[in-house]
Amino acid sequence: MGNSIETLLYYLSFPFVRYALIVGVLIALSSSLLGVNLVLKRYSYIGDGLSHVAFGTVSVATILGISSEMIVVMPVTIVTAVLLLRTSKNRKIHGDAAIGMISVGSLAIGYLLLNVFSNSANITGDVCSTLFGSTSILTLTITDVWICVVMSFVVLVIYFLFYHKIFAITFDEDFAKATGVKADAYNTLLSIVTAIIIVLAMNLVGSLLISALVIFPAISAMGIFKNFKMVVLASGIISVICGVVGLLVSILYSTPVGSTIVVANIVVFAITRLITFRKERN
Amino acid sequence: MKLITCENISLGYEGKLILNNLNFTIQKGIYLSIIGENGSGKTTLLKTLLGLKNPVEGTIFTGDLIQKNQFGYLPQQTIIQKDFPASVEEIVLSGFINQSGLRPFYTKGEKKRAREIMEKLKLSTMKSKCYRELSGGQQQRVLLARALCASTQVLFLDEPVASLDPIVTKELYEIVKQLHQEGMTIIMISHDVSAVLEYSSHILQLGQNDYFFGTKEEYLQKKMEMGGTDWVTV
Repeated sequence: MGNSIETLLYYLSFPFVRYALIVGVLIALSSSLLGVNLVLKRYSYIGDGLSHVAFGTVSVATILGISSEMIVVMPVTIVTAVLLLRTSKNRKIHGDAAIGMISVGSLAIGYLLLNVFSNSANITGDVCSTLFGSTSILTLTITDVWICVVMSFVVLVIYFLFYHKIFAITFDEDFAKATGVKADAYNTLLSIVTAIIIVLAMNLVGSLLISALVIFPAISAMGIFKNFKMVVLASGIISVICGVVGLLVSILYSTPVGSTIVVANIVVFAITRLITFRKERN
Repeated sequence: MKLITCENISLGYEGKLILNNLNFTIQKGIYLSIIGENGSGKTTLLKTLLGLKNPVEGTIFTGDLIQKNQFGYLPQQTIIQKDFPASVEEIVLSGFINQSGLRPFYTKGEKKRAREIMEKLKLSTMKSKCYRELSGGQQQRVLLARALCASTQVLFLDEPVASLDPIVTKELYEIVKQLHQEGMTIIMISHDVSAVLEYSSHILQLGQNDYFFGTKEEYLQKKMEMGGTDWVTV
């Protein structure tokens, strides 16, 4: 044990490990807050869909030789998010099917384009790291960290300022609209913020595992707590703890970062289920 | 005083016309019950009056004395709400959202008013309880309290007693009656004709190609003239 702590301290002396921790905590926090609303609004899979769109866009950007992918990926993902949350009100293709189509479609196109056009020697490796996050979180530059800090900060401030509105609209959109609240505007805001977080979170867990960051902490928290404020707080805390523990474990035992964080979330989920199960039996 | 005027409105959904050429005026202070068969467009009409849907044709005028954010609304329960983790107090307070503009918090006055409303609807003892653990009648009272936070003027109710037992149903009707006596305009969708005749002052009956709008007395008069059938035409 003492040995692990020493190793950990040794690793923490490297800036890239500290960067990873900062980014990890911020992303875990913002995605879990939004997760509560997304899960309650039955949009759990929006994270999955958006991250695959981001993956497809990254592929296109790579082929076109655009160096800073963020400039392309962010706007495309935001537009998709806004459209996805809109089309779910248009009855022709329902929300879940629309998300599924866009999700799988962009994944397929992205992978196809990379295979046909890419001149990288290790396509499978590249794809694998985008999908599963691999170690890219440990290779963050200081610019990446700043982008992430600023973006997460913006998301957290928006969430804090509009907390009560977001609650009201999540609980009952019709009521909010009928009483004169601009629900559509807040929905759009929520989708933009979601898109930002999803793109950022791709660095952390990769685009296949992103839904875990959105869904697990929220569901775990909902199992235990009975009011919205506590659920949101607990979701944030659970997610940050799982993020930090997952990162540290992956550094110590060289496991893949994304999967380790997700497994940490699964463990917490199992524990919360046990707690509620026991409560119900008593 | 006119509150809402509907001029030649036609309503429909998914391209199908369900209501044609409705004309009526809702005066301040009335207790209007909207009745009709399933699928006759009661909820669609209510949502149109609330501005959640646009009429296919025609215009709805809201009078000077009422603004959009003075509507209180008790909608039908959604699936989302059934397992929603929120306390009674959180939900009741959310009725004030329409008055808060960009202010991120509720004011002291709003919290005090919410407490008074909860007291009035006998919710004070359960204000920290979880909404999903309440009985059907308690849940309706919570949503009613929220509607009262949103408005002191007009209350729209969409079948508030559906799936409630007779005693709780009676309780809810009595609360709404009291609110009406205190000066609120009530617009309620109902299935329960005997309750409609007991409580409301005006009746709007929607039918296939027809509708009736008038006072309860006019409705009963028409009904008698037509030999007591349930369906009354203009």
